[in-house]
Amino acid sequence: MNSFFKKFFSRANTGPWPFVITIGLLLAGSYSVYQSPRSLLAFLLLMLCPLLLYFVKMDSKVKLFIGLLLTIVVLPVIGIRNIFYLEVVFQISVFAALALGLNIVVGMAGLLDLGYVAFYAVGAYTWAIFGSKQLSLLHSVPGAAPAGAEFALAPSWFWLFLFLGLGLAALSGILLGLPVLRLRGDYLAIVTLGFGEVIRVLALNLDKPINLTNGPQGITPIQRPPLPPAFIMDPIRNMLTPIVAHVPTDAEFYNVFFYFLALIVILIAILVARRLDDSRIGRAWTAIREDETAAIAMGVPLVKMKLAAFAAGASFAGIMGALYAANRTFVSPETFSFLQSIGVLTMVILGGIGSIPGVIFGAAAVVILNIQVLQAFSLYLSELRQSDAVIPIINFPWKDLSNQLDPAKYQKLVFGLILVSMMIFRPSGLIPAERRQRELMENKE
Amino acid sequence: MKQFTSNPFYKFILFPIGQMIVFILGASLILSLLIILFAYIFRSAITADFDLVERTLLILPQVLINGITIGFVYATIALGYTMVYGVLEFINFAHSEIFMVGGVVGVELMAYFEHIGALHTMNQFVVIALAILLGMIVSGALAVTVERIAYKPLRGAPRLVPLISAIGMSFFLQDAARLTLSLTTGEFNVILPNFGTFDEFLLLSVPGMDAPLRFQIKSIILVGVTVAMLVGLNYLVNGTKIGKAIRAVAQDRPSASLMGINVNLIISITFLIGGMLGGAAGVLFALKATRLDPFVGFFPGLKAFTAAVLGGIGNLTGALLGGLVLGLLESFGASYLSMFTNGAFGAEYKDILAFAILILVLVFRPSGLLGQTVGQKA
Repeated sequence: MNSFFKKFFSRANTGPWPFVITIGLLLAGSYSVYQSPRSLLAFLLLMLCPLLLYFVKMDSKVKLFIGLLLTIVVLPVIGIRNIFYLEVVFQISVFAALALGLNIVVGMAGLLDLGYVAFYAVGAYTWAIFGSKQLSLLHSVPGAAPAGAEFALAPSWFWLFLFLGLGLAALSGILLGLPVLRLRGDYLAIVTLGFGEVIRVLALNLDKPINLTNGPQGITPIQRPPLPPAFIMDPIRNMLTPIVAHVPTDAEFYNVFFYFLALIVILIAILVARRLDDSRIGRAWTAIREDETAAIAMGVPLVKMKLAAFAAGASFAGIMGALYAANRTFVSPETFSFLQSIGVLTMVILGGIGSIPGVIFGAAAVVILNIQVLQAFSLYLSELRQSDAVIPIINFPWKDLSNQLDPAKYQKLVFGLILVSMMIFRPSGLIPAERRQRELMENKE
Repeated sequence: MKQFTSNPFYKFILFPIGQMIVFILGASLILSLLIILFAYIFRSAITADFDLVERTLLILPQVLINGITIGFVYATIALGYTMVYGVLEFINFAHSEIFMVGGVVGVELMAYFEHIGALHTMNQFVVIALAILLGMIVSGALAVTVERIAYKPLRGAPRLVPLISAIGMSFFLQDAARLTLSLTTGEFNVILPNFGTFDEFLLLSVPGMDAPLRFQIKSIILVGVTVAMLVGLNYLVNGTKIGKAIRAVAQDRPSASLMGINVNLIISITFLIGGMLGGAAGVLFALKATRLDPFVGFFPGLKAFTAAVLGGIGNLTGALLGGLVLGLLESFGASYLSMFTNGAFGAEYKDILAFAILILVLVFRPSGLLGQTVGQKA
């Protein structure tokens, strides 16, 4: 049976077949999402496309072309037609960038960071405080904003703060790292967890003595950078109107805009990660990850390299944080909980520690699972609850099922199951990095 | 003298209790002196309408009592972390959920007694004893199960692998408990039923003080039960064959195995003991908190871990000392922080105080208060 599949796959992976299959899937996926914008299956069909693109044997230029076609043309158009998909794609790209950043810390340098979301919060609050009216509210009680408060800065300052968020996050990474990086792996994990909680508690409570974060209510509204000028936007708008069957609004364009920004960050993250992997720093990280003592003996500057890993990982979180604050126009401490840190870690583990395609796949899988599959389950359950059907075998009416049973609220259960089962059955992840796979195979023998 | 120290009564009852009293008095005394010193320093800087030193001294006894009570809970949880760490060198992240499950089960039992109307006819101490017993059994069994499922297959893997598995298990248990509770009761908060005289206070007037000292009866129960458990644990670890085996496995696993010790069994027993202590601590914590939910374990768990590190991880006496010191520090922070900063920072920062302590300990004395310097083992 196994050999049959193997034969089938190798047959499908030679000659013109990969090309035909990929293009076919792309067309079929786009068409079905276009026809039935609400269907989950249609969207999953389309999302299979990038996965297939990774696995088939094709000229890398063709692959790149199809990939660009999908991410730059197909997804935004579909997203404007059904705004929910744009949200899904945006979240995937945000978390993919975060996961790539965490992958530098966990995957390349082997330091387990359980408070990664803290750096994300630093970036988000940097733009949130300066890009909102918060600076003129410093001495007022949260919720009792006086009339006539002004935005402190013009919206175009966002571009500067993107980099300021990056810098501050990197700086806080270094500040945290300096005292604790001498620690062994598991202590470091707990300390970073503590740091994540400290940042969250600070965001929650720094509404006094001066009102810096507006406490649990969070900061809103936060300004967005201006869209490109009208002479660029109008032709695009006219072109898209017949395709998406309505005149695209500015809000929709904003979502596409932020999606593209996130894509750029991902691209940079991939480039940086790949270049780093082959560089002197990357090799130093590998050495530290494999055997700290040996690395010291070989003259690897341990603290410097660990700090570099922390700063590099944190800076991606910082830039994504500023981006996120502008996209949502709202930040609150609850966005930066421990659950989020573990969520990003789950993406890295699920896809494969240290593997770039794996981490992106992990981010996509977890986001789709979270906001689409679980959501769909919840809807299905609530439909069943309203019907007269009974659960077969045990004869229990769906109607009497507790309202608390809402799959969309059980993210922790899902994350926990993924983490434990991946560690037991496939610690190198679903799309493992080559080096990791080799190591784990060696260990088994 | 030699005969006296080898007397089991002295060795297993008098000595540990004496040690506890020394720890309590020592930690309380040092921290009290420090806070009074601070009060004198800040006296002129605070522009309030009260005298800082006077106010500090006024609430000091109550702060000490609260700190010692919560400190014993932390110490009991910390023992679970420290025992597992001693044997496996691994942070059992799911221990906070084992603590939570114990508390929830105990409270549910009391709620059940109330439901069938037996709560007020039975002796209240019997009810509490039954709740603690059930919490211990369930938590112990859960700890062993978790070890078998999530940790045992990963023995020998790189250090971070079992840690990630433990984090996953912790998340899974939180939501699994929520699922079970909400499916069976439709509500995932559990509230301690009202019974007995636990909320009342025992008053003790001290000559020379205006207000009498107030001991909450449940605090006395809490301290009494934990002291009994700690004495029992001390006997188990230092006085029995099983304890000897546990110590041997902690010291050198391969050699212990060569000496005919069943290492897997001993590891399971370690988890069982840690889990039982955690479960009992959960029920006692519930007596104090009166309201639990499936996520309640997170902060006590982390603080207990901090306590274990503070005392020197792997060291049972250290866990006790660390728990007491941490409980006292937290109680001091919650009561005095607001007073000393003119209301700018208050009790809401007490949860992150533990992390600050953790970082400070790890930076300046990674081996903890009582730990020996073991170097970079593994």
